[in-house]
Amino acid sequence: MSAGDLVKNAADREVPVTVNGRESVPFMGVGKFRPEGRKAAPPVATCADYPSDGNKLVDDLETALRKCSLRDGMTLSTHHHFRNGDLVANALFDAAARIGVKDLVWFPSASFPCHAEQLKHLESGVIHHIEGSMNGPLGDYCTRGKMKGLGVLRSHGGRYQAVQDGEVHIDIAVIAAPAADPFGNANGVMGDSACGLLGFALADSQYADRVIVVTDNVVPFPCVPWQIQGNHIDFVVEMDRVGDPEKIVSGTTRVTKSPDRLLIAEYVARFVRDAGIMRDGFSFQAGAGGTALAFAIYLKEMMKDAGVRARFIRGGSTKYLVEMLEEGMTDYILDGQTFDLEGVRSMRENPNHVDTSPFTSYNYHGKGNFAGIVDAVVLGATEVGVDFSANVVTHSDGKLLHGIGGWQNCLFSKCTILAIPSFRDRIPVLVDRVTTLVGPGELIDVVITERGIAVNPHRTDLLDALKGSDLPVRPIGEIKEEVESICGGAPAPPVLDDDVVAVIKWVDGTVIDSVRRLAPGSP
Amino acid sequence: MKKSAEAGRAGPSVRSDCRVRFASRASGGIDIALESRVASMYGASIREEAARVLAMLGVTHGSLEIDDSGAVPFVLAARIEAAVRRALPGCTKRALPEPIDVVRAKTRRRRLRRSRLYLPGNEPKFFLNAGLHGPDGIILDLEDSVAADEKDAARIVVRNALRQVDFHGAERMVRINPLPMGLDDLDEVIPHGVDVVLIPKCESAVSVRDVDERITSLLAGMEGDGIATYLMPIVESALGVEKAYDIASASKRVAALTIGLEDYTADLGAARTAEGKESLWARGAVVNAARAAGVAPIDSVFSDVGDLDRLRAVALESKSLGFEGMGCIHPRQVRVVHEAFAPTTEEVEKAKRIVAAFEEAKKRGSGVVSLGSKMIDPPVVKRALRIVRIAEGEKR
Repeated sequence: MSAGDLVKNAADREVPVTVNGRESVPFMGVGKFRPEGRKAAPPVATCADYPSDGNKLVDDLETALRKCSLRDGMTLSTHHHFRNGDLVANALFDAAARIGVKDLVWFPSASFPCHAEQLKHLESGVIHHIEGSMNGPLGDYCTRGKMKGLGVLRSHGGRYQAVQDGEVHIDIAVIAAPAADPFGNANGVMGDSACGLLGFALADSQYADRVIVVTDNVVPFPCVPWQIQGNHIDFVVEMDRVGDPEKIVSGTTRVTKSPDRLLIAEYVARFVRDAGIMRDGFSFQAGAGGTALAFAIYLKEMMKDAGVRARFIRGGSTKYLVEMLEEGMTDYILDGQTFDLEGVRSMRENPNHVDTSPFTSYNYHGKGNFAGIVDAVVLGATEVGVDFSANVVTHSDGKLLHGIGGWQNCLFSKCTILAIPSFRDRIPVLVDRVTTLVGPGELIDVVITERGIAVNPHRTDLLDALKGSDLPVRPIGEIKEEVESICGGAPAPPVLDDDVVAVIKWVDGTVIDSVRRLAPGSP
Repeated sequence: MKKSAEAGRAGPSVRSDCRVRFASRASGGIDIALESRVASMYGASIREEAARVLAMLGVTHGSLEIDDSGAVPFVLAARIEAAVRRALPGCTKRALPEPIDVVRAKTRRRRLRRSRLYLPGNEPKFFLNAGLHGPDGIILDLEDSVAADEKDAARIVVRNALRQVDFHGAERMVRINPLPMGLDDLDEVIPHGVDVVLIPKCESAVSVRDVDERITSLLAGMEGDGIATYLMPIVESALGVEKAYDIASASKRVAALTIGLEDYTADLGAARTAEGKESLWARGAVVNAARAAGVAPIDSVFSDVGDLDRLRAVALESKSLGFEGMGCIHPRQVRVVHEAFAPTTEEVEKAKRIVAAFEEAKKRGSGVVSLGSKMIDPPVVKRALRIVRIAEGEKR
């Protein structure tokens, strides 16, 4: 697990020049790296090799893997459409272990606490390393330097870019689907495990050598809408259950009851209004976190008062966004994932509730992406520096605890807002220098805390727009100092080794920062 | 004599607090064992703070176990002091944290008191951000929200909060326990900057005067420009309501009179209803007694924090009865209460015209105030001045 030589990148962070045996490019600055060459491509297939009646069903996952010629060292991908209710990723590596292969690379679009079971496969050598988000026990395992290879963390858009550019070659993709036909057409809107859409598996279906669809809901051809097209699919496997519905989407999404978070959400909504962003035909993105949901509810009232309608809202959708669509307060929801049953229902029934993918929304190496068209996006962070740069992957104690998700990609919005508490349980969120750099400060426009609103000094337009507003606009350093006086000084930095255990990719595939191993004996 | 004791709370669901266990011994110096979820960031500073607190308390030998769930320094210090004082009841020393440098709102006897936000006195996690929600007053409660065997610990953490928490311009209020225990509460907290003391279950002028006297002796020489401690007695029984005027006029420190409806309705033997007919007379009596004594009448609390619409209706009714404010038990209630007690735009506009006419008349040296063709009586001017004052206060 040696990362070899380290160099300082354009963000003044030390990063390895080789990652898991491949040369990598250190971050050069936003928009500076120029990709070359042609996109990757899977082998050319012929339908003569597939059943002429279109029936690609095989007995079980193990059979499908054998038919895909699974062998040591291959890269296997899975997706997080079922979130913490996913049963397929664990079943996949259990099957691989039974076959007896070693040193696989797991390439999930995200991992969840339910995937802690993969630890046994990391320890036994079935999995060599993970390229994807790691949290909980997996994050702890990686940060303590126990994983054989380097962890590689990418954004949703960065994952598409890495596959498309050939940086990651997927040998076998396994797509868990709430509904599929024997030909392999699949969607996320039907069945007990309905999750809305299957956008995170798009790259895998297009670029992997072999693709397996796993479902607990086989329907006769055609399975429509075919969010995943059967023409990309090698085999279809039926399992008893692919997901635990209660953990896939929540029956009802709950808005935060925390008075401090409600205060932050209200500040965000007032900011969007007072800065002039909230106007007819505008767009915004807000996720399903408690603060983001509350923001959407406050903003809706303000839109009603002002008689303003949005052109589109970017999901993660929830019943609150669906209500806005159905009440005519937005023309469209452009959705990346659905977080509750109302979101799933709306996506199934309403043609103006549109599914998107990391290709359309986020991929940096395309001919444009949606992220930059969005007027305002509301995001979180684990740490924010006084230069507005931010961390979403590690805790201030140095441990990996979150994936990047679409966070990096969303930074390209016209106004990027981080809505965060200024400290959590004595741990300051505002710091001098973030433990791990995930987003450059030049792309982060506003930081909104319960103690005040800090506008990035380079956004003089926003500062001008806020003149006369009664919002508590303050310099970021002043809020940081107030927080440190409450918490009893600045926190001591984590004690870390020189050894790198994971790298953080920027949206263009360059390496923006490294995660270091925790010193032995760290809590 | 007890030699070891615990204080505070810890565990997965606890935030911003800690549990400490102190055992005194005759020799061997100080041992500190620490478990903390913020150990990598604040472990060294927690040990330093703990040693400092023990030294201030005069402890030279003993072991201290700290199970920390993110307690900020003033909470850690309070828990250690509580454990040490429990273990060594003869300990007379105090570990007072350095007072922080904040601009305290000047308090006055007549002041905007639309909302007062109750915070349970032994739950310091609620203290840090309470002021951000903009209540006119924040009550650190030592009475009903604190268990009987935690009164000592709550007093210490409240005292430390008065020295180290920025309440962002809210009046700093403490609800003490009924006398005589309330007098011990005063000894611990009064020297550290309390704007208003709430006296619960008040039934006589005597208890108000007892509180007044104790405060006066504790503050001898300390009160001055904008620094004073006022009283807000709470009547919570049939007898208390009967004695309301005596209570409200018992001391120059009394700034407001309020009513506690849960206890009052229980005392009546009536159920507390949403409509509140059962307490209508008592509320009217409190308003009348307070006005007669020249202090502000303030209403009880509304306890369903999820129902903001009902709160608004209750607060509007309260205003119509003559109350100037009410209690809040959740920060979300503050804004609704402020809006309900705020004069309407029409009221403010009219009041401003009356005040302008009054100023104009004064300039002319005339005692007759008129607006258009109408003569304005002095009580109307007085009410207009109050409305303008409330409207100005909102811009705080």
